[in-house]
Amino acid sequence: MSDMTLDRTTLVGTAPPTAARRQHSVIPGFGLTLGLTLLWLSLIVLIPLAALFVKTAELSVEQIAAILTAQRTLNALKISFGLSLAAAAINLVFGAVIVWALVRYDFPGRRILDGLIDIPFALPTAVAGIALTTLYAENGWIGSLLAPLGIKVAFTPLGILVALVFIGLPFVVRTVQPVLEDLDHELEEAAATLGAGRWTTIRRVVLPAVLPAFLTGFALAFARAVGEYGSVIFIAGNLPNISEIAPLLIVIRLEEFRYADATTIAATMLVASFILLFIINGLQRWSQSRTGRTA
Amino acid sequence: MSFHFKPAVTAALIAALAVPVGLAPIGFTPAARAADVSLLNVSYDPTRELYQQFNKLFADKYKADTGKTIEIKTSHGGSGKQARSVIDGLEADVVTLALAYDIDAIADKGFLAQDWQKRLPDNSSPYTSTIVFLVRKGNPKDIKDWGDLVKPGVQVITPNPKTSGGARWNYLAAWAYALKKEGSEDKAKDFVRNLFKNVPVLDTGARGSTVTFTERGVGDVLLAWENEAFLSKKEFGDDKFDIVVPSLSILAEPPVAIVDKNVERKGTRDVAEAYLKLLYSKEGQKLAAENFYRPRDPEVAKEYEKVFPKVDLVTIDDAAFGGWRKAQKTHFSDGGVFDQIYSN
Amino acid sequence: MSNASPVRDEPAAVKWTVIGLAALFIGLFIVLPLVNVFAQAFVKGWQAYLDALVEPDALAAIRLTLLVTALSVTANTVMGLVTAWAITKFSFKGKSFLITLIDLPFSVSPVVAGLIFVLLFGAQGYFGPWLIDNGWKIIFAWPGITLATVFVTFPFVARELIPLMQEQGTTEEEAAVTLGAGGWRVFSRVTLPNIKWALLYGVLLCNARAMGEFGAVSVVSGHVRGETNTIPLQVEILYNEYQFQASFAVASLLALLAIVTLLAKTALEARLVSRSGRH
Repeated sequence: MSDMTLDRTTLVGTAPPTAARRQHSVIPGFGLTLGLTLLWLSLIVLIPLAALFVKTAELSVEQIAAILTAQRTLNALKISFGLSLAAAAINLVFGAVIVWALVRYDFPGRRILDGLIDIPFALPTAVAGIALTTLYAENGWIGSLLAPLGIKVAFTPLGILVALVFIGLPFVVRTVQPVLEDLDHELEEAAATLGAGRWTTIRRVVLPAVLPAFLTGFALAFARAVGEYGSVIFIAGNLPNISEIAPLLIVIRLEEFRYADATTIAATMLVASFILLFIINGLQRWSQSRTGRTA
Repeated sequence: MSFHFKPAVTAALIAALAVPVGLAPIGFTPAARAADVSLLNVSYDPTRELYQQFNKLFADKYKADTGKTIEIKTSHGGSGKQARSVIDGLEADVVTLALAYDIDAIADKGFLAQDWQKRLPDNSSPYTSTIVFLVRKGNPKDIKDWGDLVKPGVQVITPNPKTSGGARWNYLAAWAYALKKEGSEDKAKDFVRNLFKNVPVLDTGARGSTVTFTERGVGDVLLAWENEAFLSKKEFGDDKFDIVVPSLSILAEPPVAIVDKNVERKGTRDVAEAYLKLLYSKEGQKLAAENFYRPRDPEVAKEYEKVFPKVDLVTIDDAAFGGWRKAQKTHFSDGGVFDQIYSN
Repeated sequence: MSNASPVRDEPAAVKWTVIGLAALFIGLFIVLPLVNVFAQAFVKGWQAYLDALVEPDALAAIRLTLLVTALSVTANTVMGLVTAWAITKFSFKGKSFLITLIDLPFSVSPVVAGLIFVLLFGAQGYFGPWLIDNGWKIIFAWPGITLATVFVTFPFVARELIPLMQEQGTTEEEAAVTLGAGGWRVFSRVTLPNIKWALLYGVLLCNARAMGEFGAVSVVSGHVRGETNTIPLQVEILYNEYQFQASFAVASLLALLAIVTLLAKTALEARLVSRSGRH
């Protein structure tokens, strides 16, 4: 194991200089900019989100518990979190393949492939939703090929998975890509010179270096997928307990005048996403500290 | 790795950013705001085509009568959802929803008088409809009546009764059939449970379900508004779908009402009243019939007699249901029969 | 970049399998949906395509989207700069917590983003009754749609600027201040030229997201045709009216926007990389 530690610390040659030094700044505008930032943040983000908790707090603990433990709520949360996890996992695997191809190999069309990765990020979710539904419905381009095999995608949980994979892909690829690009060639060459096989080198040298980035990308894709609405509602069957995602349940509760249910589920998801964000930021710091140790 | 910033790309970039900013002022001065009066009709899903034509009819009449131009805006969606929007502040002058309960819900929040349904003739429902089955051409699954919907292997498409008015009519029609056939509420409950077991997609509005069935090709039978079923045949051609009329269905009365609180604020009561009245006129009734809604006016009804099949109809005020408020409470409220169906 | 040495190369079979898999995955999940949008949009030819775009309700949706986008992108650009300045040019306690809060809208479900503004400004909400009595329409009108869009696109500009400005440190600004330059001068002459490409990049992403937002806007829109429907909502409405070709035609505008955004982004990235000299 000792050689591994060595690897990690030598990895870093190319890391960026670290941020803001601690000192008393002569630059003007601290009060003004921080004040405006806090004001703007409060007005647009914090106060509106607080309304959600105030509304939920109007309920008793028993009521909140009853809403959250209702079979339909539990199932919706299970579907949202479960499928998001699965989608992020698929993106992790194929993201790795794609990143490797893009960074390590030169082939015709590489640039185009690279550019396409960002499409799900820039394409509005509703457009993605109707496009995927049209493709994967039984009479669609892909759906009609899968139908004879007995595979149904649109209007099943599988359809939700497809949509979530679509929207999550750029997050994994774009987080891992720069780290793999920055990885020092010499390490792998050294490992090879020392007699390590290609697979061993990848496993022992490359993987530890890109692992934090992978985890961050995974968490980002997961966080994005849990809240996703636009692309999913078109392709999901929207069947309670089977293909009804939590954000849709929030909308349905809202449309049924059941504000308490809507806000309680929303607040729960909000807490979950806040925790996720903390994990992501922690992961990013971990990843930075690993790559920035010798800087 | 060096990459020169091409002038063309720079230009495209600047254009992409400048266009929204440059055109923004247009947004502040809506071009169509030239009209003297404007009216907002918040309606449910399948009435899009009807009100598109009806609005034109009213605008022309209004212009002829008063010399003023009027712009009528519409919003469509699941009936329950639309009611929610009005309750949350969507400033509808008139609501034309799928069922009385949704307007009751708006009235409960004080937007209009509780007795709104008595203010216009025929329970404030200028047209009626019913629930029929739309099946694929030739009826390959041989679906003839409600009983066929619970057979294994039959896929039924209906929207979600919690959000869609049409779906509530669907559900209640099924309930009425089961109650009559099986004789007990428990058995009726089993029947609707089995029916919903055969539902692979639950859209939030009637139109969503129609699109799922017709365009996406999912399911063997669509439980639909009669008008929606006729429209699908018209849109997609007679060679694609057949309409099956069940032995028993429900008289669906989609009501209309003026939202007092909003028309008073906006000063549009007279226009709103004239608008709803026109629905009851001969012209309005004919237009409804042209769009496959059953007209109330006896003469117009006679004229279009051949269009609409004869069906044995129960009504929401029958003993089995006891009116919308009771039906809503029993079947669609929190923990009601519909929730029980989906919770186990 | 690819001065690959033999020891870093996998066998050709492995290499091409990996490339093939990557291409297949991207093709299936990204290219096909995109191609599909345009295929469906042009299924009835150019004339029908153009007709769908100049239809009055579609035009109204385009106008509303442009208005909302212009407002929210402008607001978030200015405030993104302010935020990035506060965070990167000074050190203070709770900074990382602040950054997490700024990121928050990014992981909040769009539906929740819409819901919170209904809770605040809806007729049954906390401020709604007062606002409505005083003639202010927020929900179901452009201000509400703009608010929801600002919320959803809140982190985009700041997120792009913060890492870059952190990397650049404060030395140049400090030098300028020492030489007697005022705050605005330091910002416009020293900081801005250093970050302009990252800023533009952030603005582009913010713009794309603002134009395409669906979930949040859907909750606060009210779906009044020709008045409160944005382009994505118009896409949904047309889709629900059997006008599939028109729906995809309008959707293709947004797809086109995505493609233009990405082309510009690629160009900007090349610019950023060559400037910061990291490669």
